[in-house]
Amino acid sequence: MTSTHSLVAEELTLAYGERTVIDGLDLAVPAGRITAIVGANASGKSTLLRSMSRLLAPRAGRVLLDGAAVHRMPAKELARTLGLLPQSPIAPEGITVSDLVGRGRHPHQGVFSRWSREDDAAVAAALEATQTTELAERAVDELSGGQRQRVWIAMALAQQTDVLLLDEPTTFLDVSHQVEVLDLLTDLNAVRGTTIVMVLHDLNLAARYADHLVALEAGRIHAAGAPGDVLTEDCVRAVFGLASRVIVDPVSGKPLVLPIGRHHAAPSTAGAVAAEV
Amino acid sequence: MTSVLPVPTPDAAPPRRPGSVRFLWLVVVLAALVLLMAASVAIGSRGVGWSDIVAALGGSQETVAEAAVTKRIPRTFLAVLVGAALGLSGAVMQGVTRNPLADPGVLGITMGASLAVVAGLAWFGLFTATSKIFTAIAGAALAAVFVYAVGSLGRGGATPLKLALAGAATSAALTSFVTAIALPRGDIAADVQSWQVGGVGGATVSTITPVLPFLAVGLVISLLSARSLNSLALGDELAAGLGERVALARGLAALGAVLLCGAATAVAGPIWFVGLVVPHLCRLLVGVDHRWLLPFSALAGACLVTASDVLGRIVARPGELDVGIITALVGAPFFIAVVRRQRVREL
Repeated sequence: MTSTHSLVAEELTLAYGERTVIDGLDLAVPAGRITAIVGANASGKSTLLRSMSRLLAPRAGRVLLDGAAVHRMPAKELARTLGLLPQSPIAPEGITVSDLVGRGRHPHQGVFSRWSREDDAAVAAALEATQTTELAERAVDELSGGQRQRVWIAMALAQQTDVLLLDEPTTFLDVSHQVEVLDLLTDLNAVRGTTIVMVLHDLNLAARYADHLVALEAGRIHAAGAPGDVLTEDCVRAVFGLASRVIVDPVSGKPLVLPIGRHHAAPSTAGAVAAEV
Repeated sequence: MTSVLPVPTPDAAPPRRPGSVRFLWLVVVLAALVLLMAASVAIGSRGVGWSDIVAALGGSQETVAEAAVTKRIPRTFLAVLVGAALGLSGAVMQGVTRNPLADPGVLGITMGASLAVVAGLAWFGLFTATSKIFTAIAGAALAAVFVYAVGSLGRGGATPLKLALAGAATSAALTSFVTAIALPRGDIAADVQSWQVGGVGGATVSTITPVLPFLAVGLVISLLSARSLNSLALGDELAAGLGERVALARGLAALGAVLLCGAATAVAGPIWFVGLVVPHLCRLLVGVDHRWLLPFSALAGACLVTASDVLGRIVARPGELDVGIITALVGAPFFIAVVRRQRVREL
C-alpha cells in the first residue's frame, strides 16, 4: 500500500514581496519514501514546504501533485491527499487531546455531515499509533513537549493523507524525543507507505532517517540524492559555510557530520581553519 | 519506541466524548432562560398577579396589569434576541481573531454602528426601522475593517492587545463624534440619548419584526462557520493544511458577527460586554469546540441580557435602569480580570 502520489516542483520561484526566496527550483519527491530538506537559516526550506502545501502561491513555476497544480485544486480535496504539520501550530487553551486529534478529520467532513464511525476509527488509530491513547481526555496544555508533539503528529495521522509534510517536527524536543518522533515517522512510512517530506535542522538525524536528502543553498538545490552521496565535507562547506569532517556513523552506516569551529582544529583540516582565523 | 501502526478498522474503540456533560449544561441553560423569560414578564414597576399574566398571554388587555404584561412580552423577546445576537457575535469574533479580548464593544464595532445610526438620525432623517438597521450594519462593518487594519499594522500582525488597543482608541474617537453630532441638535437629542444608553424597554412587535431577517441570516452564517473556526483555532497554516480557505472562512464568519452585532445595536442601542463575558463563561462549561460553544454563547447571552433587564427593573424601582448600564457594571470587572490573567495570548 505504498503511496504512489507524485509530488513535483517545476521551475518554482517563490518570493515574499520583493525578496526572492526560492529561485527556479526543480524537485521531485520520491513516492513512498522519506525526504529531508536541510539548509542554513533563511535558505528557503520552510518557504518551499509552505508552497508545496499551497500556503504560498508561486511567483513562477508550479507544484504538481499527480500532475495537477496544487494551487488550483479544491482545498479540501488536496487536504485529503496531502497533510501539513507547520512548525508552531496553536493548541486552543483547554482543548483535550481527542478533540485536537479529531480536528484532523476536517477535510473528510462536509458542512452538514456528522461525526462518523470512520472518524472515530481514524482518531483511535492515530492515538494508538502515537501512543497517546491514555492521554485522550487530558488537556493539551498540561502535556510535556514530547507528548504534545506526538499529539500533533496524531492529528496529522487522523487526516489520513498519503503525503505528509512536516516543518521541523523535532524543534524544542530533547534528543530522546527527537529520536522518538523520527522513529514514529519511519514506522508510518514503513507500515502505511506514507510519503514524508520534512524540514530538519539536525544534519545527522536527517542523514540517518531520510532516504532522500535535499540540501538547499540560498533558494537553490545544492545537491539531492541518497544521504551518503549528498552529505560531504564540500557540501557542508557550501551550504552552511562550515568546515567539518564527515565520517561514517558507526550506528547506521550513514554519514555523520562533525563540525570543526575555530577552537577545535583537527589535524587534517588545520589549513582550512587557519584560513578562517 | 516500538509502535506498529494499526490499520484503522471500523471496530476500533471510539474515544470517549464528554457529550453528556455538555448536554446537561444545555438543559440547565435552557431552563434558566425559560425561568428568566417568565420573570421578565412577571416582574416590573407594576406588580401583577398570576391571573393577570395568564390573561395577558391569552391576548387580554382589559386591566392595567394585563396591559403592563402585554407590553413586557415583546420586551422580553427583544432581550432574548439581542442577548443571543451579542453573545454569539462575541464568540465568533473571538474565534475569527483568536483573541480572548475580542468583543463587538471592545473592537469598536458597536460604536461604528452607533455613529452610523446617529449620523443617519441627524443628517439623513432616518425614519424607517429597516434603513436604521442597514446603516448600523454598514457602520459596524466599516469599523470592523478599520480596527482590524490598524491592529494588524507593525510587527506580529493582529495580536490580542494591539487589536484591543486599536478598538478602544477607535471607540473613544467614535464616541466623541457621536457627541459632536448629537449635542448641537436639540431636535434629535432625546432620540439619540434614549437609544444611546442601550435598552430593550419600549419594544413593540413593530420594532422587532424588521430586525428578524438580519438576525436570522447572521445566526445561520455564524453557526455554519463553527467548523471553520475550529480549524482556524489551530493557526492559519494548519487550518490551510486541513483544507480550509482561510481568508474566505474568516471573512464569512466576520460577516455573520457584524450582521448580528449591527442589527442588535440598531434595535437596542449599544450594549456592552455581553459578547466578551458570555463566550468565556461558556468555554468553562462546554470547552473550546465551536460547534458547542456558538449555540451556547447565544443561549447564555440571551440569559444575561434578559437577567440584566429584569435586574434593572428591580434595583431602581419604581424607575428602571437600562440593560446597557447593568451589563457594563457586570462586564467591566470581568474585562479587567481577563486582561490581568497571565495567559493573555492568542486563543
